[in-house]
Amino acid sequence: MKAFRMLPRYIRDAFKSVFRNFSLSIASISCIIVTLILVSISIMLTTNVNKATTAIEDDVTIVSFVDSDLTYDELKSLANEVKKMENIESVEIITKQDKKEELAKESKTYENIVSTWSDDNNPLHNELFVKVIDIEKINDTAKQIEKMPSIEEVKYGEGMVEKMVTIFKGIQNGMIIIVAGLIVVTAFLIANTIKLTIFSRKREIEIMRLVGASNTTIRFPFVVEGFILGLIGSIIPIIITIYGYNSLYKYFDGHLFTPIFKLMKPFPYVYSVCGVLILIGVCVGMIGSYRAVRKYLKI
Amino acid sequence: MFVEIIRAMNVEKQYKNGVTALYNINLSINKGEFVFVIGASGSGKSTLIKMMYREEKPTSGQIIVGGINVGKLRNGKVYKLRRKIGVVFQDYKLLPKLNVYENVAFALEVIGMQKSEIRNRVIKVLKLVGLKEKVKSYPDQLSGGEQQRVVIARAIVNDPKILICDEPTGNLDPKTSLEIMKVLNNVNRKLGTTIVMATHDREIVEKMKKRVIYIDKGHIVKDYIEGTFKNESI
Repeated sequence: MKAFRMLPRYIRDAFKSVFRNFSLSIASISCIIVTLILVSISIMLTTNVNKATTAIEDDVTIVSFVDSDLTYDELKSLANEVKKMENIESVEIITKQDKKEELAKESKTYENIVSTWSDDNNPLHNELFVKVIDIEKINDTAKQIEKMPSIEEVKYGEGMVEKMVTIFKGIQNGMIIIVAGLIVVTAFLIANTIKLTIFSRKREIEIMRLVGASNTTIRFPFVVEGFILGLIGSIIPIIITIYGYNSLYKYFDGHLFTPIFKLMKPFPYVYSVCGVLILIGVCVGMIGSYRAVRKYLKI
Repeated sequence: MFVEIIRAMNVEKQYKNGVTALYNINLSINKGEFVFVIGASGSGKSTLIKMMYREEKPTSGQIIVGGINVGKLRNGKVYKLRRKIGVVFQDYKLLPKLNVYENVAFALEVIGMQKSEIRNRVIKVLKLVGLKEKVKSYPDQLSGGEQQRVVIARAIVNDPKILICDEPTGNLDPKTSLEIMKVLNNVNRKLGTTIVMATHDREIVEKMKKRVIYIDKGHIVKDYIEGTFKNESI
């Protein structure tokens, strides 16, 4: 009840302080703006790279060419054996008859050619389409499959894919570290900026302590102030994020350089990024203020 | 029937730089008493006073103020002690941007009192210290004596059991000092507030005829009962 009664006072004090120490507030806000823009770029880069990685991972298949003399049952038991191996997500059987039909569908010329093939002299191979769980181990898995009897040849991205995936994962991890670092640095910068505004109110804090205000009471307006600074500081990054990402998406037509590298659709994606930005801005502002007041509560 | 409100037992204070300010202080102050703490600069009287509102903590021994063991009070709980006591300083510590009324009300606002209650109390104490006509004035429009009265009003507005004064007349001329002493005496008699006042103004102490604790080089040298202190006796 008491806390509720004091809330308007806290909020009023916080707003007063933001405008009374306008130049210092601008410093804190600019600091938040710069960080949040960088954080926004990092988040969007990470999520898009992540999306691309997942798409590539879903697409990559080991195509195993199997002895064409195998019967369907033999093929099936071979597929089952492959399935039992490590790192296998799924195995799909494509018989040479399936392939023949597929080929026939492609054009009239092909249809004429394949129609001359009987089941015995079909020159195509049976194939197994294998999907793996961990793309980074695709190399080992492919080699193992190749060693199996009646498997003649194995084809997959051959090194390119895993390298790409490894690089993408590296980018993601790097971005996470950068974002975390930026957040910590901003919290410190804000703590320092707010310390300057607090210095001018040192006497007020001292008197509050002397007349029996609890530390929470003293701290609250400053934390609210940090909240307000964080909120104001996140406006510009949010505008940049929404307009920037939308126009980028339109400019690149939804994918970056190749159709494999699809970008996240702007809606509702940008709004969740904005939500994260507000959250980070507000938290950083509040934590910064909280830390800044601490020093003055020891009188 | 005397009720003890402040008690010091074997209190010692050594500062971090190695200087010992107080040695083995034993002291008992009863409810409703008016006690002067006197001594030369550096005698340790300020340290003793500061311990009473926990700006300093004893290095060893116990000091209990209004039932609270000051030495064991954590930083975050200091407000519990400060709400039981009022503190008056030599340098006033008023907020320059607030007027007299607001400065006094501030002490109640920060502890979350209701507005109507604040108004009643502030007007009442401003009457008691004789500043009813100056409610709208700002600290820089007041004389030193008037500012000190505002501080006293702020210190007693939440009806504390104890009023601790650290050289309240240190910046004032003798005439104004006496006026302040009248105000404090009023507070002591009318509200029953226990007053502990550090001062080096011996003339005032002699005129007031109260209990006097004389501290020298960190020891309590003498404890004069009411009316027995004479300026020449030291």
